[in-house]
Amino acid sequence: MTRKQRRTALIGTCVAVLALATGLVLYALTDKITYFRTPSDIAEQKIKQGQRFRLGGLVAAGSVKRGTSATVEFAVTDTLKFQPVTYQGILPDLFREGQGVVTEGILNDQGVFVADSVLAKHDENYMPPDVAKSLKERGVKLGPAAEHKPNATVGAAPASSAPPSAGTAY
Amino acid sequence: MITEFGHFALILALVVAVFQMVVPAYGAHIRDDRLMAAGNTAAVLQFGLIAIAFASLTRAYIVSDFSVLNVATNSHSTKPLIYKISGVWGNHEGSMLLWVLILALFGAAVAAYGTNLPTTLKARVLAVQASIGVAFSSFIILTSNPFLRLLPAPADGRGLNPILQDPALAFHPPFLYMGYVGFSMAFSFAIAALMEGRVNAAWARWVRPWTLAAWMCLTIGIAMGSWWAYYELGWGGWWFWDPVENASFMPWLAGTALLHSAVVMEKRDSLKVWTILLAILTFSLSLMGTFLVRSGVLSSVHAFAVDPERGVFVLAIMIFFTGGGLALFAMRARELRQGGAFAPVSREGGLVLNNILLSTACATVLIGTLYPLALEAATGAKISVGAPYFNLTFLPLMAPLLIALPFGPFLAWKRGDLTAASQLLKVAAIIALAVLLIAFAYGQKGVWIAPFGLAIGAFVMAGSLSELAARTKLGKVSSEETIRRFVNQPRSIFGTTLAHFGVGLMTIGVVATSAYQAEKILVMKPGESVEIGGYALKFNGITPSRGANYVEQIGSFDVTLRGTSVTSLSPSKRLYDSPPQPTTEAGIHASWAGDLYTVLGDSQPDGGYSVRLYFHPFVRFIWLGAVLMFIGGAVSLSDRRLRVGAPNLARRKPAAAPAE
Repeated sequence: MTRKQRRTALIGTCVAVLALATGLVLYALTDKITYFRTPSDIAEQKIKQGQRFRLGGLVAAGSVKRGTSATVEFAVTDTLKFQPVTYQGILPDLFREGQGVVTEGILNDQGVFVADSVLAKHDENYMPPDVAKSLKERGVKLGPAAEHKPNATVGAAPASSAPPSAGTAY
Repeated sequence: MITEFGHFALILALVVAVFQMVVPAYGAHIRDDRLMAAGNTAAVLQFGLIAIAFASLTRAYIVSDFSVLNVATNSHSTKPLIYKISGVWGNHEGSMLLWVLILALFGAAVAAYGTNLPTTLKARVLAVQASIGVAFSSFIILTSNPFLRLLPAPADGRGLNPILQDPALAFHPPFLYMGYVGFSMAFSFAIAALMEGRVNAAWARWVRPWTLAAWMCLTIGIAMGSWWAYYELGWGGWWFWDPVENASFMPWLAGTALLHSAVVMEKRDSLKVWTILLAILTFSLSLMGTFLVRSGVLSSVHAFAVDPERGVFVLAIMIFFTGGGLALFAMRARELRQGGAFAPVSREGGLVLNNILLSTACATVLIGTLYPLALEAATGAKISVGAPYFNLTFLPLMAPLLIALPFGPFLAWKRGDLTAASQLLKVAAIIALAVLLIAFAYGQKGVWIAPFGLAIGAFVMAGSLSELAARTKLGKVSSEETIRRFVNQPRSIFGTTLAHFGVGLMTIGVVATSAYQAEKILVMKPGESVEIGGYALKFNGITPSRGANYVEQIGSFDVTLRGTSVTSLSPSKRLYDSPPQPTTEAGIHASWAGDLYTVLGDSQPDGGYSVRLYFHPFVRFIWLGAVLMFIGGAVSLSDRRLRVGAPNLARRKPAAAPAE
């Protein structure tokens, strides 16, 4: 094998791997990302049936209803609009009425958001940044509870509930 | 008073670091031995001073000195002693102090043990290492000072986030930082080599032990974090592809590539330019990880409140070192002469493939992690990139890497024989095939690709053992001869085998638990029973209890397997006193076949409790695999040929060394 052929083989492998990776990345970034929406966004935008997205806002006061099964109903609000949510599972420890929450799932044909994961805020005085920003953009005033407290912690310490490990990982 | 002493020691350490940054480098420039030697003293002194600062902060935590703002904000007098100590790095300021402590530790270690290094290279390494120290010590003193006073002192502190009140906090961050920060050694060596304008095989031999040590710590640190999240968060997940996790995973991927390319450089004097670039990039990714975690620009399930201003400071540090490093690389890389050529099918070729796949995988993780930031900046749309993206992009790159892995060690340097390697892997391939068939026969409910994943894992495990079998001529010569050969293998061979075996074990754990896990969410009343993963669970009800600094509701389950009692599990819900925050403690029964995982939920109006039950098959293999990688690294590190303090090995001909 000449030096030139060797180089061709090396560059060929690189190009092949990079092409594969680029293709996958481009496909995944159009198809596998999740948008973040507030209840007002849902009211304003047309959302494709069955599209997964994240819904964020505050848990509306007095909206949490627990049935006799493990299904929980509540509403998420940005104080302008309300979005009903159902969730089957155990709510995170810090899930509470009037507090920030981010849920992920799909909108069903009755306009109810069926969540398969619920993330509540991570420590007592924290609000997910996406929620805080969206609420601020819409001119909603936040109490001091939404301000960041100067109490950061170590890097990869586990902090809060997260979505269950994806069953479709392979 | 002692706190002020610590504060002063930290400022002195900064001054010493400035000295260490300037004087040895100048000494190396004008070839003055005394100026260069001053770097050694400075490195040890800098470490000593930061250790004093760290010790005085630790003391403030132990005695609960709430006149120190950092202690008052993050500690509480009733907290158990272990959490008072580990709480030192359970907050931003303290964790940054730990960061520079470890940075200075690596610098001091080079000064003390790097006796075989050429004096100019050593002086420059210490100077570069000190420059990182200057940046981060300034960062602490200017923006994140843990020694600030709070007067008047409050009666008690605000307490540590209960989720962090776990023994894992004592080990996870220090190991993670040893890894993150340890890659600064590779960076400092790379920059020093570029300043020298000379890189040879000996360079790789000097830098490899440090990189290996850092890689080991990062491996075990990430695994510990994963295990911690698994049992603490109550969701049974072990990896979420969360930005904070990716932040530590990217340096790991790059560092793994670096370890392998440094082998080529050491043995064959090849891939120099690439190895140097990788050394710079690995540490840059560590810095980026620090930035992502500290600034909170990305929403993460693990992130706590953060301060954007500090983020900008870290960003500036990152841009300076990455940009500066790459600029120097661009100027000097052309001067590096390339070494021996090799055929595509050869040990070098295999390691190049390893590097291509690992660095591409690292790039896909990087893109997925930063894409939300870029998209929001460009269009204002808020998105999150989660597991579906990473499964689709990362896993297809890992599969060929794992399939190719067992072939690598069987290929000769320069030109390998793929047919001969395949012959030697016949047994491994048969085992993999058997696993494939068994998985298809038994695991009906999983996705179709899962059995292939298990087979690949088995192939890697059996393949790494095949290497040892081939080296000891197992079955080809008498058993005494095999044992003699086994005993005489260099330790680095055992290290490689162990680490690769661990990779295979981890693969099996990841695939099995992702594809075949069982989950049930239901409401249970006391006395009711349910079945999952072959186990029968009987719920006995709830008893309240009181812990050191919390109250809890403990649920009780009797677990039986095929009629025989196995254990009883007691998942609980806790409410901590300060801060008043609830946490969920999972009840886990571990066995080789898998983990039974129970979580207690809210009480229902009719007297039932919602419970979440999981069965995670082979989930322990994930962390066991990481432990094997760590041990493999340690065994390799203990090899005489790799030892940090070993006499100058540059004189030894690379060809004389047994192939890795």
